[in-house]
Amino acid sequence: MGRYILSRLLQSIPVLILVSVISFGLMKLVPGDPAILIGGPTATPAELDNIRQNLGLDQPFHVQMWRYYAGLVRGDLGTSLLLGKPVLEATLERVPVSLSIAVYSMVLTLLIGLTCGIIAALNRGTWIDQASMVFALIGVSLPNFWLGLMLIVLLSVHLGWLPTGGYVPWQTDVVGWFKTTTMPAVSLALLQVGLLARITRSTMLEVLRQDYIRTARAKGLPEFIVIAKHAFRNVMIPVVTVIGVIFSVLISGSVVVESVFSVPGIGSLLGSAVLRRDYPMIQGGLLLVAASLLMLNLIVDVLYAYFDPRVRYDNRR
Amino acid sequence: MTTAVDAPPIETRRWRGFFRRRPVLMRLLRHKAFLIGFILFGLVVLAAVFADLITTADPARISIRNRFKPPSLEHPLGTDNLGRSQLARIVHGARLSLAIGFAVVVLNAVFGVLLGAAAGYFRRFDNILMRATDALMAFPAVLLAIAIAAALGASSLTAAIALSVVYIPRTARIVRASVLVVRELEFVQAAKAMGASHVRILSKHILPNCMAPLIVQLTFIFAYAVLSEAVLSFLGLGAAPPTPTWGNIIAEGRQYMREAAWITLVPGLALALTVVGLNLLGDGLRDVLDPRLKVMQD
Repeated sequence: MGRYILSRLLQSIPVLILVSVISFGLMKLVPGDPAILIGGPTATPAELDNIRQNLGLDQPFHVQMWRYYAGLVRGDLGTSLLLGKPVLEATLERVPVSLSIAVYSMVLTLLIGLTCGIIAALNRGTWIDQASMVFALIGVSLPNFWLGLMLIVLLSVHLGWLPTGGYVPWQTDVVGWFKTTTMPAVSLALLQVGLLARITRSTMLEVLRQDYIRTARAKGLPEFIVIAKHAFRNVMIPVVTVIGVIFSVLISGSVVVESVFSVPGIGSLLGSAVLRRDYPMIQGGLLLVAASLLMLNLIVDVLYAYFDPRVRYDNRR
Repeated sequence: MTTAVDAPPIETRRWRGFFRRRPVLMRLLRHKAFLIGFILFGLVVLAAVFADLITTADPARISIRNRFKPPSLEHPLGTDNLGRSQLARIVHGARLSLAIGFAVVVLNAVFGVLLGAAAGYFRRFDNILMRATDALMAFPAVLLAIAIAAALGASSLTAAIALSVVYIPRTARIVRASVLVVRELEFVQAAKAMGASHVRILSKHILPNCMAPLIVQLTFIFAYAVLSEAVLSFLGLGAAPPTPTWGNIIAEGRQYMREAAWITLVPGLALALTVVGLNLLGDGLRDVLDPRLKVMQD
């Protein structure tokens, strides 16, 4: 096991380095002079010089790269132009907000997605199966930001049940937190619900064909026990491996969904950085997000190997 | 000179005859989901192609007197904040959405096949290419596209490029996976033993047999691309107004949701309809062409 963890860790190092190169290279994609884009058309030459100096754009390429990596090693991801504070600090401040919504959304995803997928598989070929799969299809096809806007029109403007946006920390007011996070969490969850329901359904169908299910049934176990104990556990294995994918989709979605609901999370931070061309923030934010996703996938893989020894052996070969 | 190498292997022949031979086509036509998807997506394509016949209204014509008109006979989908016909803006927006989606699909087909075949066939490129795709795939897809589009500057061309950069690694992986399987089959070994060149082996023997998963993947990429392009133009990173795209119509309508919800409602429905259609097409193609594939994509 220790050997597997070590080999997975070593494998992720070159990927992490490449990820940092991509984040660094992003700014080099900017056509022309980034300083003009950042300063806007009204910026004076002195202001432009100031921006260039701040970002190190007046330095030769290798010096810029050196500075970037020297900063990374010290945990310095640069300074946001908009907020005037370190990127790392600005991002970490907002982690609790985004994380609380992500967890809420994840719980919804698992509850609805798993239920939908299992019920569909157990009622294969009936209208229940078809209805669940149509729901899943709509889930993966609806644009989440548009769904968010429609929820605002329905639940806030017409019915007046929920506020149109904002965020209340759960530490201060749990009801307020629920009111402000429900619509963003639902908008984010729908896509994942669709993905998960489809995966769960096909895995469940696969599992139900296995010999051990037939054995369990043959020895007279109640159907509920067969499903809940024998089938469900094995359905969970592939589901765990897509958690990384689900989180990745969630982060993408949060950029636009958090902006729609004016939630002060990482997503809206990156969204506004993009709109105002705050390049250090975009670079640093991307790097942080990718690095945390790599970590998450690493943990998922290790857990997977722990539960399913075949993975460990395959990897060694 | 005709050698045995020139006679295509059975699998290749079967694939080449895809559109001429009836069984596959018949199976597709009997697949309910495929048919519904075909009709939905076909309607959207027709609407985009015949946009000028559907409505004679100019999507750019501003008429302040007619602003915020709810749907009526004259303006079947109402008008927006500048009195422009929503129907005209949506069918013209369909053109751009589909064009960008199609461009992403073509770029994916070309570069996905080149990179995937290189990685799967010439094993010395494999490690480098796969680590590069790992790195690109470590970023959340749409977020990376947003960042690239922000760096390159907003336009429909950059949106297409950004989305291609994001999805090509995923396509390359799928091509690589099938190349890895096919290259070990007997007819490839036979061709190799006959002294066929690498290019010939790849183009005549291996790639034709990797088409099924590729076509399925490209259909889903089309769906993601249309959806993600809407996100980009919603954020102001796609084509700039007044050029209508579904994303920027939704973004403009957002301010007027209280008084004129139809401005936001309809383009979202059009978008959902297109993506549902493409997803159904993809599901149908997967069931018929390559039943072993599973639904796992981000």
